Amino acid sequence: MPTLDDLKPGTKAIVEELEGDDLFAQRLMEMGLLEGTTVEFIRRAPLGDPIEVRVNNRYQLSLRREDARRIRLQE
Amino acid sequence: MTESQPIPSPEDALAPSPPSAVRRVALLGNPNTGKTTLFNALTGHRARVGNYSGVTVEKREGALKGAERPVTLVDLPGTYSLSAHSADEFVAVEVLLGLRADSPRPDALVVVADASNLERNLFLATQVLELGLPTFLALNMTDVAEQDGVAIDATKLAAALGVPVIETNARAREGVDKLKRLLEREDLPDRPRVPRVYPDEFLKARDALREELAPRLPADFGLDAFAASRLLLEIDGEFEARAVAQGGSDARAAIERTRTELESAGLRVRSLEARSRYQWIREHTNSCFTETQGHGRSSHDMTERVDRILTHRIYGTGIFLLLMALVFQAIYSWSGPLMDLIDSAFGALGMWVGGLMPPGPLQSLLVDGVIAGVGGVVIFIPQILILFAFIALLEDVGYMARAAFLMDRLLSRAGLSGRSFIPMLSSFACAVPGLMATRTIENQRDRLATILVSPLMSCSARLPVYTIMIAAFVPDHRMLGIFNLPGLVLLAMYLVGIAVAIPVTWILKKTILKSKTPSFLIELPPYRKPLAANVLSRMIERGREFLVRAGTIILAVSIVVWALSYFPRPDAVANEYEIAVESINAQYLHAFSQAGISTAGGGIPTNSEETAQWEAYYADLALDDAVDFEEWGRQLDRAAVHRDGEYLRNSYLGRMGKLLEPAVRPLGWDWRIGMAALASFPAREVIIAILGVIFDLGPEGLDDQQGMIEKLRAAEWPDGRPLFDLPVALGIMVFFALCMQCAATLATMKRETNSWRWPVFAFVYMTVLAYLGAMITYQVSSLLL
Ligand SMILES: Nc1nc2c(ncn2[C@@H]2O[C@H](COP(=O)(O)OP(=O)(O)OP(=O)(O)O)[C@@H](O)[C@H]2O)c(=O)[nH]1
Ligand SMILES: [Mg+2]
Repeated sequence: MPTLDDLKPGTKAIVEELEGDDLFAQRLMEMGLLEGTTVEFIRRAPLGDPIEVRVNNRYQLSLRREDARRIRLQE
Repeated sequence: MTESQPIPSPEDALAPSPPSAVRRVALLGNPNTGKTTLFNALTGHRARVGNYSGVTVEKREGALKGAERPVTLVDLPGTYSLSAHSADEFVAVEVLLGLRADSPRPDALVVVADASNLERNLFLATQVLELGLPTFLALNMTDVAEQDGVAIDATKLAAALGVPVIETNARAREGVDKLKRLLEREDLPDRPRVPRVYPDEFLKARDALREELAPRLPADFGLDAFAASRLLLEIDGEFEARAVAQGGSDARAAIERTRTELESAGLRVRSLEARSRYQWIREHTNSCFTETQGHGRSSHDMTERVDRILTHRIYGTGIFLLLMALVFQAIYSWSGPLMDLIDSAFGALGMWVGGLMPPGPLQSLLVDGVIAGVGGVVIFIPQILILFAFIALLEDVGYMARAAFLMDRLLSRAGLSGRSFIPMLSSFACAVPGLMATRTIENQRDRLATILVSPLMSCSARLPVYTIMIAAFVPDHRMLGIFNLPGLVLLAMYLVGIAVAIPVTWILKKTILKSKTPSFLIELPPYRKPLAANVLSRMIERGREFLVRAGTIILAVSIVVWALSYFPRPDAVANEYEIAVESINAQYLHAFSQAGISTAGGGIPTNSEETAQWEAYYADLALDDAVDFEEWGRQLDRAAVHRDGEYLRNSYLGRMGKLLEPAVRPLGWDWRIGMAALASFPAREVIIAILGVIFDLGPEGLDDQQGMIEKLRAAEWPDGRPLFDLPVALGIMVFFALCMQCAATLATMKRETNSWRWPVFAFVYMTVLAYLGAMITYQVSSLLL
């Protein structure tokens, strides 16, 4: 299953599931990034990490790639 | 669809406080929604800034300006949720519940929501409704929403949420007056009804847990429906920790059992709230929004265009580096003229005050203790103001988050995040503004780690130490044709700090500062035009805070060190000096009596200024050939310098140095160097002046670098070996690169962490590292060289 880290810049996808049941997942969900949310991959930082995504077509969030790999997307 | 207000618990800790003379209103909301801008507009930029006790969270309060009744506004730190997994995150909840002694429970709340991103903002807003306090929703950034093509029906929204909704544009002060009138009105809105967010099974389980726990917890725990929900939902959260601390293992077992039951009923505890709450928000508020045309470009399009350049691999990195170079340049050099001005102003003040009174302890206390101490505090102001002008500007514009985005990779290797970059960079100029800049780091563990290692960056105060040691003891060899040895040694000193900081950070982050919260999850807000008033008020606030909170500590330290180096003033030293002056004068006055000139009544000269006056006075008497006035003055001055050196060597500080000598021997130091290191506790650069006095050069050694260098080279051990050589000098430099000889940094650290624990920790670890570093440097280079 693809993860947020696999998206190409400029593409959108819908979140299928957040892997793991920890505080990081809880924080993401509180910020409105949960199952069914549309995410758009905007860019990678110049040094390759972290990445920038647009959540729900509303705001931009930056997170590290290792964390992005835990966000599974619908195919 | 709505649950009625929970029956107020008999435990009255949570009931609204009795109406007091001053109404308290707390402002809360997501980060970057305009809370502080609104706070400033409502209070007229008048905030009292402090700290909540026991935590590093900033406390900002201010009076509602021009209000008919006294209203105190409390600006809470931005947050996405009330869930709390650290003491710092819990502060907002404690304030809202009235659990903190240093902040009475608010009588009403204003939730500041960003209208252009309302759904996410309503997550927090609907959590807040469960608190049962009269609440207003300030729908801020209405201008942005309008531009973005989002129209919000405030009336419908008010009906859906059951609270008054006030549309505002805090920047343009629109809606601010209306909000102000509502806040000062005699009657506040009714307590809002609690949105029925959670599924029935959860509510049942929660109420059962509440009944089970209530007898086990003390009355002031305040176990109402809100607390019980938080307790259950926040795994490893602060509510749970509190309940376990007060209710013991039974409480823990009950909580865990209830969670297991919920899980087996198919409700995932960790995600239950987010799922249910967002669903509730969609169901109840979707009808309040309509998409409109928007005017031209949305804030997102505009931001995205800018970001294509500012986060571009080449342009973005280039602009970032230029910007950082500019910030560094500004605090490192632009502050110079201002600092010199302050320095000479306090110098002149000291001279003037010194001239008003006879020499003695009081004069010295005022001049060398108080005036020099205050000067030592004020000297930091230019750097603080300049750095905060930049930081406030970059933050207001929205660039700070981008800086973190660009630099995160680099710092993540040491276990920090991109947020630590600017504080660290600033610390190369001066750790004081650097530490103050750590407030932009949201993760408190990261922030503490940054605070603890930033003083390892070589600041500008170390430069004079490096310069003099290098000039005196590092030979000017060329290496590989292009480098010269002094330059390389200087570079090495800068690298030592960084090289030590990396493993220290890594260890801290693996041990005492291991964080539960993810270290990098940040919002990149849209770019906005900065507000001059916001920037200015932040600069002034920071400057004032430093003067008041850190300044008093620095001043106290300066006075203590002054006293240690001034007393006990043995009579023997004074007598010896008088004898020396007499014998010098006898030698020269002899010529006068031989020439038949009476000098009785004119007193006798005691320094070169006075001999110069004598020279002018007796100019026409052709004594010039018989008396070398200049040499006379020099001898007198030397006697005074020797006396001052003797006083210092015999002071309490000198005695401490002697006691300490065995400890500093492995570094190749004698007691005089050890004592100079002790005396430089208030500020590293002081060591130069102290060495000057100890080696009988006078504090003026500072201005006369060559004289100073010669004195240092000539200094000897009792057996005649030279005291300083290259290994000793290298050791001293490494010591000062790593040590924490800076009262201002320690005081700022106390202020920023709100406890003495961290400055003490930093002082101890840095002193140990400095000692070991100096010893290893000395021993190894003695072997090699
Ligand atoms: N266009 C627009 N900008 C606003 C408005 N209110 C605030 N701003 C801007 O939004 C930015 C953030 O404002 P702050 O007042 O610092 O936000 P805050 O909520 O205190 O932020 P944190 O303390 O970081 O949580 C600043 O650049 C403000 O100038 C508004 O109503 N409209
Ligand atoms: Mg703020």
